[in-house]
Parts: sequence; C-alpha cells; structure tokens
Amino acid sequence: MLENEDIQHILLTRTPALTGRYEFLSFRNAAGGRAWLSAIREKAQSAAEVMASVEKDKRWVTVAFTWNGLRALGADEGSLATFPEEFKQGMVARAEMLGDTGEYHPDNWVGGLASPDLHAIAILFARDAAERDRCQIEHDKLVAQCQGVEVLSTLDLEATPPFEYAHDHFGYRDRLSQPVIEGTGEVPTPGTGAPLKPGEFILGYPDEDGPPSNLPQPEILSRNGSYMAYRRLQEHVGRFRDFLREHGKTHEEQELIAAKLMGRWRSGAPLTLAPEKDDPALGADLQRNNDFNYKEMDPHGYAVPLGSHMRRMNPRDTAANINRRRMIRRGATYGPHLPEETPEDGVERGIAAFVICASLIRQFEFAQNVWANDRNFHELGNERDPIIGAQDGTLEYKIPKRPIRKKIAGLPAFTTVRGGAYFFLPGIKALRYLATLDDVH
Amino acid sequence: MDSLRIATRSYTYLDIFQNIEGKDAAMSDTQQGDWTQPAAMAIPKGGVFKDKVQQGRYGPIFPKSPSCYGFTIIAKIIPGREEVFYEYAKNIEKAVAGQPDCLAVLKLHYLRWVLFPIKGETYFMYQGIFDTDFDKYTEDAVALFSKYGINTVFENLEGFPADWKTNAPAFVKFVREHQCPSFLEYGEYPYVSSDEIKKALKVKAAFSNMLDQMQ
Repeated sequence: MLENEDIQHILLTRTPALTGRYEFLSFRNAAGGRAWLSAIREKAQSAAEVMASVEKDKRWVTVAFTWNGLRALGADEGSLATFPEEFKQGMVARAEMLGDTGEYHPDNWVGGLASPDLHAIAILFARDAAERDRCQIEHDKLVAQCQGVEVLSTLDLEATPPFEYAHDHFGYRDRLSQPVIEGTGEVPTPGTGAPLKPGEFILGYPDEDGPPSNLPQPEILSRNGSYMAYRRLQEHVGRFRDFLREHGKTHEEQELIAAKLMGRWRSGAPLTLAPEKDDPALGADLQRNNDFNYKEMDPHGYAVPLGSHMRRMNPRDTAANINRRRMIRRGATYGPHLPEETPEDGVERGIAAFVICASLIRQFEFAQNVWANDRNFHELGNERDPIIGAQDGTLEYKIPKRPIRKKIAGLPAFTTVRGGAYFFLPGIKALRYLATLDDVH
Repeated sequence: MDSLRIATRSYTYLDIFQNIEGKDAAMSDTQQGDWTQPAAMAIPKGGVFKDKVQQGRYGPIFPKSPSCYGFTIIAKIIPGREEVFYEYAKNIEKAVAGQPDCLAVLKLHYLRWVLFPIKGETYFMYQGIFDTDFDKYTEDAVALFSKYGINTVFENLEGFPADWKTNAPAFVKFVREHQCPSFLEYGEYPYVSSDEIKKALKVKAAFSNMLDQMQ
C-alpha cells in the first residue's frame, strides 16, 4: 500500500498547471534554512491531498534538496554518508559521463546551478499567471523573513500554445509514455507495460529486484522520498526549423524528418503505427498511441529509426531489464513561444524538466550515458540522441529506408543543457524531520 | 546480354554492400580505427591513458583497444572449491545450448575461464572480450549473473561481497579491484563488433544463396 499522504505530490500526480516557477535557493545558515522549510512545508501538498482536491486547487508546491543542501540544514555526517555516491557528488561532478561537455559544460550553466551553494529548489506549478504572481510575492516575503536564505535564481514556466495539449517548443506532443506504479490504481494505457513495483520510484518499497536495500538513513528521512535529476534544456527552435527546411522540400517532407528524429509525428502518432503519413487522431488517442513494440513491429527501424529519441529513451522490448530503467518525467516549458514563420529571436526557450527515480545511477545516468549518448547504441557507430544527445556538429543521423538508408551528416545541436542538479525529494514526514533537525540532535 | 545485365546488377548490389557494410562500418565511429589493417596497442601501467581517461558511471573506463573492450579478473578461490567451478562450467554450457541468446546482453566475443595455481593456492581468471565498456551495462550483467546463478562461481572467490545482488556498486568495486588490465592488445580485424561480424557473415550467406539462385 502506498503511503500517499507521505509522498510529495509531484511523484504521483500531474496537476493542471499552465504556468509556474522554480526558485533555486541557498542557505547561508542552518537555522534560516530550517525556518524557511518549516514555513514552506505547510504548503507542500502530498499526493493524497492533490488527488482529493486538484480540481479546486490553484497552485501546487514541491520542495527538494541537494546533498549540500541537506548538510546546510544540519543533517549529520553519519546520515549524509548513507546517500548514494552519485547524489553526493552532484550533477556537476558527473558532467563528463553525462555528456555535459563543450557548450553543455557546467562552466556555461546559468542561474548558479553549477554552484556548490545550490541547496534547494522550490517548485511551484500554478493554474494561471495571476496565481503564480501571488505565490511569488508570498515566497519573496517568506525568504525575506528567513535570515541567510538567498535566492540564487528563478525560472518562470509557461505552457506554449496551443494549450489544449502538452507539447514542447518544437511542437512535439509530450506526456505520452509514462510508467505506471503498482498500487496507484492507475490503469496503464495499452503498450505502456504492466505497473512497476513502487520501489523503482519511491524509496522504502520493494522494487523490481526485491525488497528495498541500501536506503539512506535514518529511515524517516528516506521513506517515501525519491531522487530528481533536473535538466534545463534550451531548445533552438529557429535552428530546428531551418534544419527541417534544409532536409525537406515540401511541408510533408519536413514533417516526416521531424517525425524521424523523434519516432513520433509532432501530433504524437508513433511511426510504428503511422509510418507514411501523420494521423493526428491516433496521436491524441491515449488508448492507441502507445500500443506498439519494436522487436516484432520494427526490428530494423524502417518506421522508427534505431537512433531516434523515442527509441533511445525507451527501447521497450529491445533492451534488457527495461523495468529497472524506467523514469517518471515531470516539468514544463519555459520562455516565449516562437510562432511559425518567425525567425529565431535569440530569446532562450526550452524545457525545464525533472527525471524522478529511485536510483540516479541506474535510471537517469544510465539513460543519459548509454541511451542518449552512447554513439554505438544499436551499433549506430557515430550517433547520439538527435534531440537531447551531446551534439557538436560532428555526428550523423541515419534513417533506415529501402533500398538505401538516408544519412544526415553533421547533425546540429537542437538543444543545449543550460543547467541541472540532483535533488533529493523527501517525503512529507521527512520534511518535518529536516525542519526540526536542531531539536532532534 | 542477359548475363551481362545480371552481372551489372550484381555489381550495383556489391557497391551498396561495400558502402553500407564496408566503408561506412570502418568510418562510422570516428574513435575507431581501420578494420582492414591489423593493429596492436601498447597500454600504459594501470590500464588507462592518463591524458584521455573517459569517465563512466562507476569510475574511469578502460580504453577500447584493437581487440575491443574486455576485462581479466583474477581472484583467489576459497580453498577446496575447485570442483564448483568445473561443475558450473557445465551449467553455462547447458544454459547457452538451451537459450543461445542468454548472454547477449554482455555483448561478448569470447569468454575464457581458467583455474591456475600459484604457490599451492588456486586462482580463477575470468577473461571476457566484449563490445562495450563494462560500465555501461553493469546492472544488466549483475542481473544476468543472478539469473543464471553465476554467483555460485563468484561466491567462491575470496572477498566477493555477500550483498552483491542488491549492491551493484559493491560488485563493481570487487571487479575493479581484481581487474588486471592488459599492457598489449592486438586485433587481426581490429575494433570490429561481434554484431558486425555476424552481419557480414549473414550478408555473405545471403550472397552465396543469391548466386546459387542465379545458376
């Protein structure tokens, strides 16, 4: 049985937010940090609360901490030592392995995210801009009252039009393939796979391999918690559209190239089920748009190229132990919409997302290091993920086709990592534990 | 005329074959060398080139050599346990015969298991030659070892972590501590993956078949 009342809502629920804001914080002293946490934890809703009242709520708050942040709040060294090595090191120290080199290197990150002084994130999802503005003012007041709490940076989130469905700045429909957790009662859509053991995403529960093991201590701190890998990915919309125009003469050809990079048409329709022509009705139909495999339906990648984003991020039945590599994605787009036919304006826009998993090294880092950035994934030789891989203009992209494949040389980088961090997402009781650390010790 | 046309068409196919399976395969990974020329690589002490050490999730990665990736783990066995190793070899033989792709995830070329004595004590050498650095698919390998009971072999090695099934980092630590990196590796057909070899042999078989059909 999942303890929904003790799990922060972001792990289990999706909220109807059209806007929001991330605030990245530093605690100059432990008492100030704990004062801030004592106040904000009252606002952080559990999954149970959000499930009960999501229709009338206007805003949803989540808080999470870096390893340095847990120390800054006063967690003792014995407890800190029990966290996994990759979390202790943080995303900056793992940059090379994650592919964050060259233009993507932490030296070029924005918002103080590469700084060891990054201690916490407050995530606000809001129904509308007015509610966001109200919450922002409230939070400013709270920070001003907490001595030593400093806002390193903030990021405003904006959904991109049209608002009827979630999609990124490139126009790809999002939120199509998410794992379902056993015990939530949620029914997986066809093709999603059976519900997974909760321990794949929530600490303290059995995972696909058996009972929980090696959890951070004390138990009250880790139970119902999880890890979040934050990625701020700038999307170069102008560059992306130029690329489509360069490689497709007609609108249809351009749409096909876009689909071949992703594995789905921008409508969401998967190429496995709609190989020749877009099918927007299929793209919008959750009962059908995820219902496919690769081994039988597309072993050579004639529909979904072997190196496409969708195939790399979830190789489905073509990867070993896939149930131990799944991740929950949350997040939003930021920056202004760039209307079609408008030239690149140089304004930063992109996706600011979280990958939530019980093991950063086994789930997020594996996906980043192997699926996204192994140039030899599926024997491709000289490719990385065309959407999120570390691209420097020297790699290629192959589109299997009879009789001869199409090979695009010198694939440009459509996205650039502008920041990232590893956070621990405590349960609700753990937030109270952290807020009262001084009393405990 | 007909035979000339067929010959011309065959050449076209051969060109395609050349393009896809030959030139591209050799050129496609810019880190790889040329498979058409045998190559040798002298590897410094410690097993890595200090100025270009690549980091993996579990630490530095040993470099790809003309004989691809691999490891050589040498560890002392618990005295009196030799028979377990011989018995277990038969299990592996049976498992592979029953399900030929059961070790596919390891992306192996060859495995060599050797027992040898040093000063009256018995040591086990596990040498594997494979196509990906071990770091990438560590957890899959651990899961595989667990599934096929390879633990029954490893658990007979001194110092092997008791909680290895649930503790991939501890397993990796043992492997790293007992890894004896090569200082020379050679490949007669360097850098070629076993998948590429299998593909080439399949294409060769398909061509033989095609030519037979044209007689």
